[in-house]
Amino acid sequence: MTRLPVVKTYKLYIGGKFPRSESGRVYPIATSKGVFLANAAKASRKDARDAVVAARTASSGWAGATGYNRGQILYRIAELLEGRRAQFVEELRLSEGSSESAAQKQVDAAIDVWVWYAGWADKYVQVAGNGNPVSGPYFNISTPEATGVVAIIAPQESSLLGLVSVIAPALVSGNTVIVVASERAPLAAISLSEVLVTSDVPGGVINVLTGSPAEIAPWLASHADVNALDLTGAAALAGDVTWVDLQIAGAETLKRVRPPESGVPVMSVERITFFTETKTVWHTKGIV
Amino acid sequence: MPETTRFLDYAPAPESTAILSLRESYGLFIDGQFSEGHGESFATISPATEKKIAQIATADASDVDRAVAAARRAYTSTWSKLSGADRGKYLFRIARLVQERARELAVAESLDNGKPIKESRDVDLPLVAAWFFYYAGWADKLDYAGFGPNPRSLGVAAQVIPWNFPLLMLAWKIAPALATGNTVVIKPAETTPLTALIFAEILQQADLPAGVVNIITGAGDTGSLLVNHPDVNKVAFTGSTAVGRAIARSTAGSGKKLTLELGGKAANIVFDDAPMDQAIEGIVNGIFFNQGHVCCAGSRLLVQENVKDEVVDRLKARLSTLRLGDPLDKNTDIGAINSRAQRERIRQLSDIGEQEGAERWTADCKIPKNGFWFAPTIFTNVSTSHRIAREEVFGPVLSVLSFRTPAEAISKANNTPYGLSAGVWSSNGSRVLGVADKLRAGVVWINTFNQFDPASPFGGYKESGYGREGGRHGLAAYLTSASLESSGEGPSSATPITGASK
Repeated sequence: MTRLPVVKTYKLYIGGKFPRSESGRVYPIATSKGVFLANAAKASRKDARDAVVAARTASSGWAGATGYNRGQILYRIAELLEGRRAQFVEELRLSEGSSESAAQKQVDAAIDVWVWYAGWADKYVQVAGNGNPVSGPYFNISTPEATGVVAIIAPQESSLLGLVSVIAPALVSGNTVIVVASERAPLAAISLSEVLVTSDVPGGVINVLTGSPAEIAPWLASHADVNALDLTGAAALAGDVTWVDLQIAGAETLKRVRPPESGVPVMSVERITFFTETKTVWHTKGIV
Repeated sequence: MPETTRFLDYAPAPESTAILSLRESYGLFIDGQFSEGHGESFATISPATEKKIAQIATADASDVDRAVAAARRAYTSTWSKLSGADRGKYLFRIARLVQERARELAVAESLDNGKPIKESRDVDLPLVAAWFFYYAGWADKLDYAGFGPNPRSLGVAAQVIPWNFPLLMLAWKIAPALATGNTVVIKPAETTPLTALIFAEILQQADLPAGVVNIITGAGDTGSLLVNHPDVNKVAFTGSTAVGRAIARSTAGSGKKLTLELGGKAANIVFDDAPMDQAIEGIVNGIFFNQGHVCCAGSRLLVQENVKDEVVDRLKARLSTLRLGDPLDKNTDIGAINSRAQRERIRQLSDIGEQEGAERWTADCKIPKNGFWFAPTIFTNVSTSHRIAREEVFGPVLSVLSFRTPAEAISKANNTPYGLSAGVWSSNGSRVLGVADKLRAGVVWINTFNQFDPASPFGGYKESGYGREGGRHGLAAYLTSASLESSGEGPSSATPITGASK
């Protein structure tokens, strides 16, 4: 007799917990052949605002952790993802309709992205900062630090690698993030949240919303407690909303805005430093 | 005031204006020469006397087109083809010419802006020359700037600058733009165009190729036409947060690279173990330098409760010795407010401060009959919700708040949508560094304030804008390179994923 499998309920990931959308809405996720896989939560404005509160609350702790500590936690994500490789391959195969080998490649690349960025956490400051030889008796140093709360529209096509390629670099410097996952294939994002929650990532550091980017993104773009927008996956939003509308909404609170990109973003130090602020500290020097 | 600390009056010691050879009217500096503007011309006045200095042209849309076209031609035909070494040599020439004509420029600046001659002479002008000198040296060394190999210029830069440091802001904008190979159209502020127009003569003396720098004058409409011109690649703005927002909106989706240096409401935090003599001077410098017309001014004094009375008393005593008056007088500490409109805004916010319950103290100084003036003013009993504690006054008005613990100081300091600068005063080394770490501000001055240097990056967090000016970081605003721009190419597991090596 074959055993009847237990299927998973996919929910949101906010503040380290897995709530349903407060709106009570879900939308069906199907394979490329139209076979029903699961219902994903359809996040609302309220969910987005809750995620911002969670991200802000987690901000000082994450930004205040040492780079070494953040690096170890990001590396831990890679370790746990490696251990659940088969599950993600299966999920990508079904939800993206990709071949087994393509799904494997995507999961492997996603793991390697975590490893690459993990190593930067205690180094990027040395690359992006420097001492300044000012004309006077002052100690003067410029160092980058996290911008704060970053709202991200993940790439819509590559639902795991694309997602990881945008959230990992934002986390390196100590930003906390709210990410809107691939609308069509959101399951890997929620399964990744299960990895995050067991990887010592503090609750609220990463918040994952599923649903319609076109519906959720405007609320994030206009939210005064969001410091930056990563519109990497916002090139082609549904309906009337364009990424430029989001940038215009973000201008009200002078958010740092990263425009859309096609495909999967390459790993780069620039992705880390884009969501940082350079702080320059002057201190008087005694004349001795 | 005790008899022993009384100050004798100084005899007037005005700097002569004979060094100036001003024209009666100035046109627009486009393509290497002055030409008529097609907008309605206006007078630039001395805010200390309200007397007219010169008639200034206004650039209309056709003039902005001409200026941008000249900059584009110069970019394509000349400047982008020049070696970095030669670009650097032009900048070195400009730095030297500024040094040679520094006194003339300082007098013109104080006349047009109202700032004391000792500030324009000893702060603004030396920094202007230093800025050109610093960036001159970068022009042929961009490969070493940390932005990967072969960083490239952007094209035509549209730059709009404010009236508080007219020539210095021009230097902050033009020097890095030219060093990185861009050409420039710059608009000085409506009330302070004079030194930019004298600077145009310096460009002619330096024999800078025509069109590399174009200087157009006018009010906000001209600035708006410039930043929204379709053929500019880069927009750099220093000014109010309100205008910065409007520019961020109007350039959204245009692909123009944007840097904004906007308002501030800096906290100046004084702990009870501060070196008090220096702290008092630093607080005065922090808010009364340049009549408080400083975006990074230390306009919120956060003083530890147990030394609050002492600090406030000493501040009042110190402010009572400041001399307000003729900006051209070498003994003047506080010059004129730059414009009638600005003085009205300072008056209005100060009145609101009183209405909201703060206690007002104003230095007893004689206010000249003509011109725009505002005596140094301190508000005590200020709460964090008061408008004078939240809004940028941009004048010689200090709000005093108190705190008990470092954590309270940090949370009050960060309780603002701005994040440009902050000051910390304490003799405890580990405390100041700990506090500096937690302040959300782009520049933190410890046991000093209002220090500027071309080697030191300057710029804000949050609604104080984005991008940095000064230092190596300041180059990034005018460059593009593989490591400054991600491509859309995705990694594949078959090929090693790079990015770090760029």
